[in-house]
Amino acid sequence: MGVALARLAQWTAAGYGAGTLELTPLNEVLLKEILVFVEHFIYDHPQEAKFVFVEPLEWKTNLELSAFESGYIVSKTTVSSEEVDKDGQPLLFLSVSKIKVRSFGQLSQLVFAAKDARLTEAQACIEANRDPVVKILGSDYSTMEEDSGALNILHKIAKGDDPENEKKMKIAILLKQLDLHLLSCTLRHISLQIHLNPVPVKKDIELLKSFSGKGEQTVLESIEYTSDFEFSNGCRAPPWRQVRGEMCYLLVKPHDAEALCVTCSVQGVFLNGGKTDEEEHIDYERKGEVYKDLVTFLKEKSAKFSENMSKQEIRISEEQQKNQTDEVLKKEQTDVVHKAMSGIDKSKLEKNPVNFGKNQMTRRLEPSLNWRITVNGKDRKSSVKDSQEEKHGGKLEKTRASISPGRTQLLRKSADKAEETISESSSESEEDEEPPDHRQEANADLPSEYWQIQKLVKYLKGGNQTATVIALCSMRDFNLAQETCQLAIRDVGGLEVLINLLDTDEVKCKIGSLKILKEISHNPQIRRNIVDLGGLPIMVNILSSPYKTLKCLAAETIANVAKFKRARRVVRQHGGITRLVALLDCAQNSAEPAQSSVYETRDVEVARCGALALWSCSKSYSNKEAIRKAGGIPLLARLLKTSHENMLIPVVGTLQECASEENYRAAIKAERIIENLVKNLNSQNEQLQEHCAMAIYQCAEDEETRDLVRLHGGLKPLASLLNNTDNKERLAAVTGAIWKCSISKENVTKFREYRAIETLVGLLTDQPEEVLVNVVGALGECCQDYENRVIVRKCGGIQPLVSLLVGINQALLVNVTKAVGACAVEPESMVIIDRLDGVRLLWSLLKNPHPDVKASAAWALCPCIQNAKDAGEMVRSFVGGLELVVNLLKSDNKEVLSSVCAAITNIAKDQENLAVITDHGVVPLLSKLANTNNDKLRRHLAEAISRCCMWGRNRVAFGEHKAVAPLVRYLKSSDTNVHRATAQALFQLSEDPDNCITMHENGAVKLLLDMVGSPDQELQEAAAGCISNIRRLALATEKARYN
Amino acid sequence: MNRKKLQKLTETLTKNCKHFNKFEVNCLIKLFYNLVGDAAERPGVPIGLDRNAFRNILHMTFGMTDDMIMDRVFRGFNKDNDGNIKVTEWVNGLSLFLRGSLEEKMKYCFEVFDLNGDGFISKEEMFHMLKNSLLKQPSEEDPDEGIKDLVEIALKKMDYDHDGKLSFADYEKAVREEALLLEAFGPCLPDPKSQMEFEAQVFKDPNDFHDNMNP
Repeated sequence: MGVALARLAQWTAAGYGAGTLELTPLNEVLLKEILVFVEHFIYDHPQEAKFVFVEPLEWKTNLELSAFESGYIVSKTTVSSEEVDKDGQPLLFLSVSKIKVRSFGQLSQLVFAAKDARLTEAQACIEANRDPVVKILGSDYSTMEEDSGALNILHKIAKGDDPENEKKMKIAILLKQLDLHLLSCTLRHISLQIHLNPVPVKKDIELLKSFSGKGEQTVLESIEYTSDFEFSNGCRAPPWRQVRGEMCYLLVKPHDAEALCVTCSVQGVFLNGGKTDEEEHIDYERKGEVYKDLVTFLKEKSAKFSENMSKQEIRISEEQQKNQTDEVLKKEQTDVVHKAMSGIDKSKLEKNPVNFGKNQMTRRLEPSLNWRITVNGKDRKSSVKDSQEEKHGGKLEKTRASISPGRTQLLRKSADKAEETISESSSESEEDEEPPDHRQEANADLPSEYWQIQKLVKYLKGGNQTATVIALCSMRDFNLAQETCQLAIRDVGGLEVLINLLDTDEVKCKIGSLKILKEISHNPQIRRNIVDLGGLPIMVNILSSPYKTLKCLAAETIANVAKFKRARRVVRQHGGITRLVALLDCAQNSAEPAQSSVYETRDVEVARCGALALWSCSKSYSNKEAIRKAGGIPLLARLLKTSHENMLIPVVGTLQECASEENYRAAIKAERIIENLVKNLNSQNEQLQEHCAMAIYQCAEDEETRDLVRLHGGLKPLASLLNNTDNKERLAAVTGAIWKCSISKENVTKFREYRAIETLVGLLTDQPEEVLVNVVGALGECCQDYENRVIVRKCGGIQPLVSLLVGINQALLVNVTKAVGACAVEPESMVIIDRLDGVRLLWSLLKNPHPDVKASAAWALCPCIQNAKDAGEMVRSFVGGLELVVNLLKSDNKEVLSSVCAAITNIAKDQENLAVITDHGVVPLLSKLANTNNDKLRRHLAEAISRCCMWGRNRVAFGEHKAVAPLVRYLKSSDTNVHRATAQALFQLSEDPDNCITMHENGAVKLLLDMVGSPDQELQEAAAGCISNIRRLALATEKARYN
Repeated sequence: MNRKKLQKLTETLTKNCKHFNKFEVNCLIKLFYNLVGDAAERPGVPIGLDRNAFRNILHMTFGMTDDMIMDRVFRGFNKDNDGNIKVTEWVNGLSLFLRGSLEEKMKYCFEVFDLNGDGFISKEEMFHMLKNSLLKQPSEEDPDEGIKDLVEIALKKMDYDHDGKLSFADYEKAVREEALLLEAFGPCLPDPKSQMEFEAQVFKDPNDFHDNMNP
């Protein structure tokens, strides 16, 4: 402790005697270490903590008396500890801001008591006790004679076995250890410190100056020296301050903060007291933390600075790395400034090749320089012009024109103006802002690949085609599937170069570049960057290149990039779809010779890549249309006949995406594609099977297609694929196909033959929702058959179905209710459903917000009510259930209305329930619905009305609510079901004379007379009954008249 | 040259030539004599294309620019090393140049790159061939630094047995893995575009080509 304090602590220069400790970071570290030592002393060494110091440590304290609590006797002006020494003297005594402490125990407690002031207390203590060790242990232990220290201690140990002495010894050793610890701390601290010197600081300032000024883009508003005079050593501080290591003072005005007065010293940069007004004097006192350099300091002080600076950051660090190899490690600051400067030089140099190109220097002399300019010349020229103009402004950012992605994009945009008139949405501009943030993070901890890739990109930029090819090939050796490498390529500006390479005449470079782009475009961020940099139109152009390898690679890259909407749009707008479809049109000779050249590859491969890209593109509706219009379907159909799996997957994938469109399904049918889809269901490739099943699922909406699937023997493979449940995606697709296929009765019979029903029941548990929806949908269709209902019940399918009624997935609920309803047709199954409380669950689904679910639940309730024992009692047991149903008649969804009418028909079979719903106002609600053209609703409405007539004066009420006249018109419908239901309703209504009159007035008799001739017996009967009622009334009237 | 002689020559050459048919050989022979031009008439001077004439063709027709590589290509054609490409060498050379299999091209390219013919492409040879491939940057202390680095990169990529030089086995393995490395140290084969143009012109209507070459 002694040595450390004497030698290393930074005492102020004002004489040894009354010296004070300066508040430097180093001293702070030392004090903190000492505090930690003292604080833990009482716990780590309880025995030694009681040791009484030879002399008390005495200093002037700022602590309040109130800071001392338990363990102290506090009077008005003094505090003394309860703990006393042998002689009864307190071990801590405080009087009028003088404090005396005589043990480590008390010191520890004091540190606790001091709380936030502990640092100042420790400082005061050390300042007042320049040699604490002597005071604690006595003069024998003076630290100045360190060599003999150890001997001394040994000596003492040998001499005394006094316990007090032993403690002393222990403390001496502890203090020695602390001393060593402090020394090592100091060393570490010093090694961390970077000393600034005038030259880099000056460069730093000049650089910042040149980027300062008015406007949003600059980093600062202004930065100035306080003094214009510069001493020969580069400092501007007055000599008496230079002694303290200060070099110059600055007035900095950031965009978003007050002007700052800053001292640049050897230790670092800090805020000083500022200029005292009007005069030239500066308050030199440090007012804030010390930062390692000006940039760090300003970043801390001004958010705007840090933001604008970060835009430059990559550039600077890039340059920094560039020269790292050939420069001996200099001081950090020098580096940053130096590189940034050389960066500007370099960007000027980069333009040189353009001049060569323009001046048409002989090809022979400069072959390496102008080969890539040929095409790109236009862009480059404009960028040169830009940067020259902007250099006058002296703004750092502008010199980065050739690198910054945003600018390149702009340049390219202006180059081909024709494109993209559709405005870019706001979300896209957000995307643009995202990358810089990310880059900044990436700077934090850069892997070694980053630097290697940066070097390679440098060669890509500055090399001729030979060097470029070598660099490209070497880049491919990195693990391009790894995000670090993908982002590294982008962050060092590699994407721009790679994309620019695509625009040259050099086929080999294009191939190399695409091979890399193809890999890194698996990364979603990179995809966006590629689109932002205008890579897609170039790649689309390459699709019409004469070289097959190029076409393939471009298509594959497009396949990766076009994974998001905007990219797909760009592909379409640049005619990519037509060109991709053209790639599919390969000559069908499989006997092509193996190609010896880099540029050639097999036609099949070209078609495969085209299909791959189309698959990605086909996720947008407009692209589906474009593919169809470009004649893609027949080509896809032809490719479907091949047997290469890697060809079939993208082809089927594309078809499957497109089959969501009606006119595709028609085309698919016309091109006889189903046959091949079915064939490929038998493939060994799970992915292929999945896509085929998915395509069938999409197409089987159509009845003819469903029959085709059966005729081509597709049902058996589908059924057998059900048994493999590991691959959930495939299972979902297969069950989907089965669901849609089972809409046709013949298919259901086939499925039963293949024992698919049992398997489906087995799939009702432990499957993801996507699978469940389809499984339940399929069961719902299958259960329309009696045999299948029996199978489902026997396999225990009803319980899982009912338990699925509590789910929340809407699609699933629609299917489950349908399946449960189908099962409920069977009285034996109904018993099970009833026991499981399935009806209540169905009923509660009437409250589901989605109309499809409501309707489906209401439909399912019908057979339940029909087949349940004591149905009336059961229905009444649902509190508020009947009111709920009646109120659903207020819905405006036709399907819901139809289903609820059907439910009401069944409910009304029970007289008591009919009474209840009548009370809830079912009659006016039904009457209101009467004016409809929907045959389904008409039928169920008529049935409901006919049922509801059975109670009280409901018949009259229907007449009063004007339900009769519309009903008569139902007889003109073309649907016999409507006729039957209507005739029955009219028959019921005709029991009331007023209704008869209304019917007669609306010409019901003639219509009903026709119905009497119908082959449908019930209809005949009802129509005849109705006519007879009308006739009887007429007769009675006549009779009355003549009497 | 009379018709009979030409026919005979065509037949012999066609027999030995893998990649051209008789018509094509005929075209190439005609082209050759067109190019040689008047020189053929002078007695005592061997009939053929000298280094400069050949380099001129490489430059004008196939867009080659690198002096050293063109010299090496000339040596590749000039099998008997007499500084003069004769009609046989012309046809055989072009056969490989335009239609060679990957194996043939690898062998040829390796010979082009192996400057001293010792069976290895050494670091020095690579350096020599790549020395103009990078844009010189005055800011760098050692202007050759980049080239040296590039050589190391190439070596890292292709030197499978880690002996610090490329044997043919190394080179072949690298090319089979990455076909772009066939012309790793400089373009010594025609680029596909000029090749197509050349073939289209020569084999379609040699007279046209002749007219273009000697306006």
